[in-house]
Amino acid sequence: MHRRHHDMGGLPAGPVEQAEHDYAPWEKKVDAIMRLLTDKQRKIMTVDELRRGIEEMGPGIYDELTYYERWIGSVTNTLIEKGVLTVDELGRAMEEAQARHAEAAKAVCP
Amino acid sequence: MSGHDHDHHHGHDHGHDHGHDHGHDHGPFQPDIEDRPLTHYQAMTEAVADLLVAKGIVTPAELRKMLEIIDSKSPAAGSKMVARAWTDPGFKQRMLEDVIAAAAELDIDAGGIPIKAIENTEGVHNVVVCTLCSCYPRLLIGLPPDWYKARAYRSRVIREPRAVLKEFGTEIPDDVELRVHDSTADLRYLIIPARPKGTEGWSAEKLEALVTRDTMIGVAVPQP
Repeated sequence: MHRRHHDMGGLPAGPVEQAEHDYAPWEKKVDAIMRLLTDKQRKIMTVDELRRGIEEMGPGIYDELTYYERWIGSVTNTLIEKGVLTVDELGRAMEEAQARHAEAAKAVCP
Repeated sequence: MSGHDHDHHHGHDHGHDHGHDHGHDHGPFQPDIEDRPLTHYQAMTEAVADLLVAKGIVTPAELRKMLEIIDSKSPAAGSKMVARAWTDPGFKQRMLEDVIAAAAELDIDAGGIPIKAIENTEGVHNVVVCTLCSCYPRLLIGLPPDWYKARAYRSRVIREPRAVLKEFGTEIPDDVELRVHDSTADLRYLIIPARPKGTEGWSAEKLEALVTRDTMIGVAVPQP
């Protein structure tokens, strides 16, 4: 029986890798963004929309991305679909974030 | 905290005189992680946050507050509930009927998505997974560990739970039934592990220390 990629229950897989990492600030930020967008006050998106976006990524990208990379990818696409953000705004804001980061990195150089 | 809130950021006012013709020379030291460009998805995260703020959809204060809430969630809330259930049969009954209401009795916010408590007994051991994604009672036990969200655990634990538990160092005797519960976005599970023998008369604090995150997922049993 064929099934979608995320539906992996019962399939063969290797040993459970038990190493854990502490969540990085940006990962927690993704989580915070999602929680705010889905809260009662805003209701801009739903958890089901988040999952749909992740499940539609397809097998290659699903495994290639880390957990919160999948999340922010899905959140961003959903916001674009809903017209909350445009692709152009996103591109500019990403460049600005990158530039700001580069400045901050320069500033810590001894 | 935002990825840009570097505590050691000291701006451009420090009159340094190191040459800039060398680009970014860090000598023999490993560069700090901040010195690398943001990854595509890190930049996307910053950009989305910035745009939501710029558009007035969220405020920086709301974002900060939410990050603090996320950081404040840990298995402590779940441990407290389980330890109470061990010592107060009435509470255990109420917890088995309605986790969210039982949590509220202890001033714990378990959120709005239904959570079902399942009790381990002498004859039955329970373990939780989310085969489709990563559903998890995070308000009671914090953010899920990496392995809970990873392919190996999600794929295998429903087919060969005994083998997977063994990898966690947990051997469930053959005469104990092993039940696996698959979470969904609409129903999560919290295991009430069996109270170990020899813990009679222990303080709540001492009991709570036995109830680790992994015992509430079901991949471990309390070790007195």
